[in-house]
Amino acid sequence: MMSKEREALLDPLFDNNPIGLQVLGICSALAVTTKMEVAFVMSMAVIAVTALSSVAVSSIRNYVPSSIRIIVQLTIIASLVIITDQILKAFVYDISKQLSVFVGLIITNCIVMGRAEAYAMQNPPKLAFIDGIGNGLGYGLVLMLVAFVRELFGSGKVFGITILQTVNEGGWYVPNGLMLLAPAAFFLIGGFIWVVRSYKPEQVEEDFSVGALFEPGYEVHLR
Amino acid sequence: MQHSARYVITFAAAICAFCSIFVASSAVLLKDRQEANRALDIQKKVLIVADLMDEKESLPAEEIRRRFEKNITPKIIDVATGSPVDGVDPATFDQREAAADPKTSRPAPPNAAKVVRIPNHAQIFEVIEDGALSAVILPIEGKGLWSTLYGYLALAPDVRTINGITFYEHGETAGLGGEVDNPRWKALWKGRQAFDDQWQPAISLVKGSAGPPDQDPHHVDGLSGATITSRGVTNLLAFWLGDDGFAPYLEQLRNQKGT
Repeated sequence: MMSKEREALLDPLFDNNPIGLQVLGICSALAVTTKMEVAFVMSMAVIAVTALSSVAVSSIRNYVPSSIRIIVQLTIIASLVIITDQILKAFVYDISKQLSVFVGLIITNCIVMGRAEAYAMQNPPKLAFIDGIGNGLGYGLVLMLVAFVRELFGSGKVFGITILQTVNEGGWYVPNGLMLLAPAAFFLIGGFIWVVRSYKPEQVEEDFSVGALFEPGYEVHLR
Repeated sequence: MQHSARYVITFAAAICAFCSIFVASSAVLLKDRQEANRALDIQKKVLIVADLMDEKESLPAEEIRRRFEKNITPKIIDVATGSPVDGVDPATFDQREAAADPKTSRPAPPNAAKVVRIPNHAQIFEVIEDGALSAVILPIEGKGLWSTLYGYLALAPDVRTINGITFYEHGETAGLGGEVDNPRWKALWKGRQAFDDQWQPAISLVKGSAGPPDQDPHHVDGLSGATITSRGVTNLLAFWLGDDGFAPYLEQLRNQKGT
């Protein structure tokens, strides 16, 4: 039992990272990673929403009519996101202004729904909670890595503290403007996926060929 | 598992009712805090444009409130006449709401800044230092390329010299038009002249660089790569400094000082 919980928590960090392997949640990963502080708050918000929505979905999983299960999950997720947004506005106003619409867009973050549908519907609340935390952490980990590189090279700072004194402020470092634009996050996430997959070759997707469709066991890859 | 239609509908209704309780109560419980935050945010913007606080420093809420109350007097004025209005509480006055409501605003004449409605009342701030007026802060807004820019303009007591400008809300392209909130660009405004000798709005953004304030007082560097945002800033200043904007109020201030 212990190992199952460990797996639910740690598996999504590297072996089954929602961004790295499942390539979900890319949209917000581009938008909120120019500053680590903002990325951190966003990660926390996503962790809270995935964990709580997984618990909620899991605890009613035996009562949900399967015909409306997706919309029920969405209702729960949407409510949690609105509450999160309200809390951020009340307690960290400045950061919530920078996150602007992206908190609201957690609703559309495939990670949250993906876990509700793929895991919470089949597992008891405790495991679902841990799985939610794990996936939120996996998302947050990539977010923080990307934000670290973007903030350091884009504005010479880490968590708002100057590391590389930029030319504009009388230092020597010429900031890399590309890092502040969305494409930089694409390159970084692409690089991250490459590194993880070179290290763990089993994550590499098999080349798709028509022949594969007729091979026994193909359904396994259709996830 | 098959369920009857009745079960499905009841279940859906129950989930909705349950979720709405949480959403509604969080909105109601946190409303006061959120409004306090918004008010504090405005005070901060005003302190920054008044040069009473550095943009980069982060001050505790009490310090912001203390500095604001010590030096700044919010005032509600009648836009058309420029006279102060009694009976409106500056703390709860929301100018954007007033401008949107047909009862408290009027349609603006066609203008380059694309301001649609002018509120009857506006909130301005007077900065008092050592018992004397040291600046007036006017709210400004107008269209850029993508979005409406909202900001404040601070004028020295001669109501001609610009002390500072800030835009606190906009949706312009980051790195191009979005540079309206770059502190280095904003620093270029200090000491420029908003009006010409006939008291007509004269300040404008030019392509490339403007000279130093004493030689080239009516021009400010345009934002490179953001022609339309730059034009928008010029237009919105011309509008709010003009007769439909704060000209009546500024004229009263000038007459009071006997200049």
